[in-house]
Amino acid sequence: MSSRRSQSTQPGVSRISDEQIADLVSKLQQLIPEIRTRRRSDKVSASKVLQETCNYIRSLHREVDDLSDRLSALLESTDGDSAQAAIIRSLLIKLVWSNWSP
Amino acid sequence: MNTHNQLPSSHSSVESRFASGFLKALKKMNKNRPSSPSIRDTYRRYNFIRVSAYGLMASAVRPGRAWSHATLWKIRNRTFHRALMKRSRTHSLTRRVARGNPRNELGCEQVNDLRKLVPGGEEMKFCRLLNETAHYMKCLQAQVQIMRNIVDHYST
Repeated sequence: MSSRRSQSTQPGVSRISDEQIADLVSKLQQLIPEIRTRRRSDKVSASKVLQETCNYIRSLHREVDDLSDRLSALLESTDGDSAQAAIIRSLLIKLVWSNWSP
Repeated sequence: MNTHNQLPSSHSSVESRFASGFLKALKKMNKNRPSSPSIRDTYRRYNFIRVSAYGLMASAVRPGRAWSHATLWKIRNRTFHRALMKRSRTHSLTRRVARGNPRNELGCEQVNDLRKLVPGGEEMKFCRLLNETAHYMKCLQAQVQIMRNIVDHYST
């Protein structure tokens, strides 16, 4: 991969090498589920990755809104919270297992 | 090195901090709820849950992340921030035109969209923006997963 350093023509906008951009873009690629399921050999353009990133973040925001809505409705019907310790325990177990990859 | 007995600790502690803090906030909110909530009360609860979800996730990560810093600042200075946004709306258009088009193939529009989505992204350099975005996305995913688990637990 050729690394071309371009002069910065505008103040406040730094030009970085293409390698760095490619490296960071591939990092984002790993995280977005839609792009990750495609074959690794498929080259995805940087602008597509950015676009998918924006869409994905927006969908995550929408999901947070939706979950908050459901939570507020659910909490109105439940009373007291004796099961809090049980919730934390089951959450942590689920999280640890989903994050663990040998 | 990850052996079979070792579990990834750094990310799961962020999640456990968020989960326990979030559950505590929910419990506290539930204690003081009115018996027959008005529509305004319902909206307030929804907004409280939403804002505390973002705020608690931002507090749970280790300091040094620009997006978490920006989130917490926004929350703590809500009224000031709103006035700032009103004022900057007239300025931001002129700022974008003056910057012009960047040389690289990445669309200026998409980068600007990303800057708006990631908290604190407006003033970052591009390289840092990508870094922050990656971390922000990971934390958002964790936040959503935990909230989903809590909702599932309460709805069974």
